[in-house]
Amino acid sequence: MTGRFIPHAVLTLAVLLFALPIWIAIAGSTQDSAVIARGELSLIPDLAGLGVYRDVLLHGSAGAGPVWRALLVSAGMALVIALGKIALSLPSAYAVTFFRFPFRMTAFWLIFLTLMLPVEVRLIPTFQVMSNLDLINSFTGLTLPLVASATATLLFRQTFLAIPDELVEAARMDGAGPLRFLRDILIPVSGANIAALFVILFVYGWNQYLWPLLVATDPKLDTVVIGIVKMIGLDTATEWNKVMATAVLALIPPVAVVLLMQRWFVKGLTEGDK
Amino acid sequence: MAGLRLEGLRKSFGQNEILKGVDLTLADGEMLVIVGASGCGKSTLLRLVAGLETPTAGRILIDGRDVTRLDPSERDIAMVFQNYALYPHMSVFENMAYGLKIRGLPKAGIRAKVDAASALLGLDALLDRKPRQLSGGQRQRVAMGRAIVRDPKLFLFDEPLSNLDAKLRVQMRGEIRRLQRRLKVTSLYVTHDQVEAMTLGDRLLVMHQGVPVQLATPTEVFERPADTYVAGFIGSPAMNLLPGTLGRNGTAVSLEGTEVGLGTRRYALPDGHGVILGIRPEHVALDPSGREWPVEVVELLGSETLIHAGRTGAATLTLRLANGAPVGEAVRVSFPPEHLHLFDRATGLRLDPA
Ligand SMILES: Nc1ncnc2c1ncn2[C@@H]1O[C@H](COP(=O)(O)OP(=O)(O)OP(=O)(O)O)[C@@H](O)[C@H]1O
Ligand SMILES: [Mg+2]
Repeated sequence: MTGRFIPHAVLTLAVLLFALPIWIAIAGSTQDSAVIARGELSLIPDLAGLGVYRDVLLHGSAGAGPVWRALLVSAGMALVIALGKIALSLPSAYAVTFFRFPFRMTAFWLIFLTLMLPVEVRLIPTFQVMSNLDLINSFTGLTLPLVASATATLLFRQTFLAIPDELVEAARMDGAGPLRFLRDILIPVSGANIAALFVILFVYGWNQYLWPLLVATDPKLDTVVIGIVKMIGLDTATEWNKVMATAVLALIPPVAVVLLMQRWFVKGLTEGDK
Repeated sequence: MAGLRLEGLRKSFGQNEILKGVDLTLADGEMLVIVGASGCGKSTLLRLVAGLETPTAGRILIDGRDVTRLDPSERDIAMVFQNYALYPHMSVFENMAYGLKIRGLPKAGIRAKVDAASALLGLDALLDRKPRQLSGGQRQRVAMGRAIVRDPKLFLFDEPLSNLDAKLRVQMRGEIRRLQRRLKVTSLYVTHDQVEAMTLGDRLLVMHQGVPVQLATPTEVFERPADTYVAGFIGSPAMNLLPGTLGRNGTAVSLEGTEVGLGTRRYALPDGHGVILGIRPEHVALDPSGREWPVEVVELLGSETLIHAGRTGAATLTLRLANGAPVGEAVRVSFPPEHLHLFDRATGLRLDPA
């Protein structure tokens, strides 16, 4: 009995630790802002307060616009970043892994080096470039600088390296050219990995904060994450129930993506789908 | 007309010369089996012919056409790989059809060809399965089917059966032979397996460190090995190779004092010339009047008995006897002259009587 009890207890504790903050947000969103501000938050949701969701979705709150709009911006940004990263890193990894050309390894190491230069580090120069291109306060400016990805390139390269040489050679003998091979063999065979990467990249894009804050000052381009921060005013008037409702709403899309893609996600991370 | 012709084919990887000049002509429809120790360049040779590697020097001609610089897909070749190399996400049908689809064959034509091949290989019921839902033998068949549907000028097999269990291997071996005879496609077949080497090919090519050492029919290779390497490589257990010197005017070999007569043969070499005497284990005869060899190990294999005999510091001798033969502390044996092979000790090459 004890053999099972301890692991169970540990797992339960971990689940509570992860779930409690979310539950507090859900419960808090239905209660009165003043009660929350006093720290008298009840753990039981007040069903009468559910209208707050409709309220934030359509009208937002004092410091920020309607949440539906922010959700749309966030979803658009996360999608473009995730798909853009895949669209860019898949061919790069393909080139670096399967073709011999001058400075191949140089190219690979240059890509590798950018791992050490995430957006936060190159914030100022990137802003300068965007500014010169007149892309400040545009959707392109919001997403484009985040699309290049060393991580995805490296992960794809690992996936491709695991593909048996004989499979590549069989395709060559069958007469599949480079593009055909990519489309007919490589992408289907790495499907699970692509799905797994999509999930990770989507969440990464969704959670962006610093770059959107800097590049998009137009309220129309506020992401949900920015929106939440804007709602928390410096004065005491913060409507905490609205903040929590927005946080809960902001949680739903990434969770949905993870749940929808879970099957491929787990497969891609664990077995590599040979 | 020649099915396949290799002229002075060489291949180096960096400083390492792996193939040191291979010349070869295969008749149309002929099946050539290539054997040799691991790393001797068998796969490399096959990959050069396939176009998966580029030769450092030399030419490859298929049906008289120089294909040395052509892409694999332009050579009209099909290859069967050791680990099958089936496309994991495609069904059996799609696996076989893929090459044809790329060539732009109409759907009906593809269907007909795949159906014909799958009927030939007994795959009809499996066409919708994915490779992972197939057994090893079935996968091997699909790989063969993929090769057959393309009606190639040349089949290449790189140890296609080595991932199968012993029983299946025997069955598939027969199947490959039958198919090849029936389709009459010129074939190159690489193997490690002695039995495959002896039974599959019209001719056998023995390679040693990137050099072809003997190219002949399996019987010829077995009965008249070109040098000590081939003698030791072909046949299991391996041929006994005993160092000695020529004597009695080239009609006998002396092995550490014992004299072995060569029957009616006479070698036109000076007495005292260093030679190696070869005799297969099954040809060593028990003979009460022969020289005595102490028995070291006895292996009972069911249908036969192997005896490893030897003297400390001297060569060992393997005997292969029918079961039931009495085995004591020592055996007395003689070497029947008609079964003896003679090789030059310095060069290892086969010596022929004058
Ligand atoms: N791409 C390569 N780069 C460098 N060396 C190679 C390459 N391919 C093969 N070799 C070398 O060439 C030699 C012959 O290899 P090959 O695969 O032809 O041997 P093999 O006769 O097929 O052996 P096995 O029976 O084990 O399959 C080996 O020493 C191998 O290390
Ligand atoms: Mg090999």
